[in-house]
Amino acid sequence: MAQASAPMAAATPARDLGRDLAGLALILAAGLAGYWLFPDNLSFLTRLISVALLVLSLDLIVGYCGIASLGQAALYGAGAYAAGIACLNGVTEPFLLILIGAAAGAVTGLLMGTVMLRAHGLPQLVLSIAIVQLLHEAANKAAWLTGGSDGLAGMVPAPLFGLFEFDLWGRAAYLFGLGLLVAVFVALKLLVRSPFGMVCRGLKEDPLRVSALGISAFPVLLRMFVISGAVAGMGGALGAISTQVVGLDSVSFELSANALVMLVLGGLGNLYGALIGTVVFMAVEHVVAAIDPFHWMTLVGALLIAIVLFAPRGLSGTLDEAARILARRPRRAGP
Amino acid sequence: MNPAAASPVFAVAHLSKSFGGLKVNHDVSIAMAPGERLALIGPNGAGKTTFVNLVTGRIRPSAGTVRLGDEDITRLGAVARVRRGLVRTFQVTRLFPDMTPEEHVVMAILQRQGRATRILARFHGAGAAADEAADILATLGLTEVARRKVVEIAYGQQRLLEIAIAMAQRPKVLLLDEPAAGVPSTDTPLIERALERLPASLAVLMIEHDMDLVFRFARRVTVLAAGELIFQGLPADVARDDRVREAYLGSYAHAGR
Ligand SMILES: Nc1ncnc2c1ncn2[C@@H]1O[C@H](COP(=O)(O)OP(=O)(O)OP(=O)(O)O)[C@@H](O)[C@H]1O
Ligand SMILES: [Mg+2]
Repeated sequence: MAQASAPMAAATPARDLGRDLAGLALILAAGLAGYWLFPDNLSFLTRLISVALLVLSLDLIVGYCGIASLGQAALYGAGAYAAGIACLNGVTEPFLLILIGAAAGAVTGLLMGTVMLRAHGLPQLVLSIAIVQLLHEAANKAAWLTGGSDGLAGMVPAPLFGLFEFDLWGRAAYLFGLGLLVAVFVALKLLVRSPFGMVCRGLKEDPLRVSALGISAFPVLLRMFVISGAVAGMGGALGAISTQVVGLDSVSFELSANALVMLVLGGLGNLYGALIGTVVFMAVEHVVAAIDPFHWMTLVGALLIAIVLFAPRGLSGTLDEAARILARRPRRAGP
Repeated sequence: MNPAAASPVFAVAHLSKSFGGLKVNHDVSIAMAPGERLALIGPNGAGKTTFVNLVTGRIRPSAGTVRLGDEDITRLGAVARVRRGLVRTFQVTRLFPDMTPEEHVVMAILQRQGRATRILARFHGAGAAADEAADILATLGLTEVARRKVVEIAYGQQRLLEIAIAMAQRPKVLLLDEPAAGVPSTDTPLIERALERLPASLAVLMIEHDMDLVFRFARRVTVLAAGELIFQGLPADVARDDRVREAYLGSYAHAGR
């Protein structure tokens, strides 16, 4: 034990704030760079933001609470369908549609949490799959409401602030999505640094210690499911607004599993990993699938195996490690 | 003989538990008065930790009752018992590996104040709680490592942190499960200093193998052997008791083989 060395490592609030501001600036810069560099791909980039919200919501459950879920798209799909149905019924204000998506996701999160928190471990994971499959089937059957296997189409959201149309090039939708993502990210950073967020981390690391402190796990975890649902629901609503269609794929096991892959790829439990994983996964999918639609999953598979074997903390964890090594080197080189 | 009989703050009566055919606790009764300093000793495997697990609600007894103050808490869950002031430490540390000692203690303080699960607040920089945490950590000599992750600090310091957390919880009854085990002997004075700083009205039960510590701490000693209480009395009398000597000799004879 090197106890003589000065207490470094552990985060101080001031350093955390600095890092968060830098991270936020980076997200904004990357987002705006995307806007200037890929003006023809804005609809893809908006879909990416919508999925990033889903993966962020999954990080709250998996990365901060330690609950594995393969059914997160249940929450995303609830938001997408709620916003889509509302829009077709005359509620076209985009901010209101996002709120409707958040509410639908939150309610679904409440139900999903109530069911999933009855179990632990593998049975819990199976429950998450069962829930998303059930909702998928329900959306398929209730064709009068959801359009069944054809899905919903023809939503026309009102112009943003009454000024900017959601046009074919998707500029308004993209900037709207980017603003939403940044706002949600700031809120989630505050959330995970709150006493509540620390208790969630505690529940992930040792639930018995948490109960010995006199804290009940269930209400805490259930609240996190509701918050996660709201975030995923906003992602779904953004997808509905920007693509102007909602299909059964938005409430599918496949999307849920992909979200988990993106999260593991990027790294759990720091929110940045969720964003990095989404960008890498979807960029690879977008580029490689265009060249060779049959083999892009092979590449993602190989990438994932490499990450799990050589960088178990994901891309974000590896970047963090690299930054720390680089920051330490000058000091080591000293006398 | 039993000073706790009058108005106990903590009273366990006829507690029993078997694992398979093994009676790990059999008809155990212990009462404690406010301010009491009681040691629970006994050979390895006597059932001491199981006793703590039973009374704190981690496992269910097959018979017996547990009372805290005026209330029968036998049927309450583990969390509810903690909230009523029955707090334990763990023989094998149960800590959050990726959190710092400071964060552990602050969380315990916030929970005591009913603020532990607030969303619209910041965990760090909670002024008064941070000051109190610093004070408790200083008592246990943990200031140096207060902001390191628990995985990075020595095991002995992790044991001291267990005590720091319990102090932050401000219990009515505190059950310490071998607080000195794994702590280097140079650091045991830190434990004694922490014990001295506990409120005089707090009832403390300490499980401990270090007899020097037991004799300095306890005014009453209880001996558990093979799940049964075989002695309750003054520390001075315990070494002279025939059944106690037999129990310890028996266990050492087994251990020697
Ligand atoms: N969950 C369990 N299932 C089965 N047997 C158990 C369980 N917990 C404890 N035991 C057994 O019960 C007996 C008492 O264990 P306990 O941990 O209470 O002893 P102890 O007095 O705390 O010993 P030590 O001084 O070594 O800590 C031991 O024989 C142990 O193997
Ligand atoms: Mg024990």
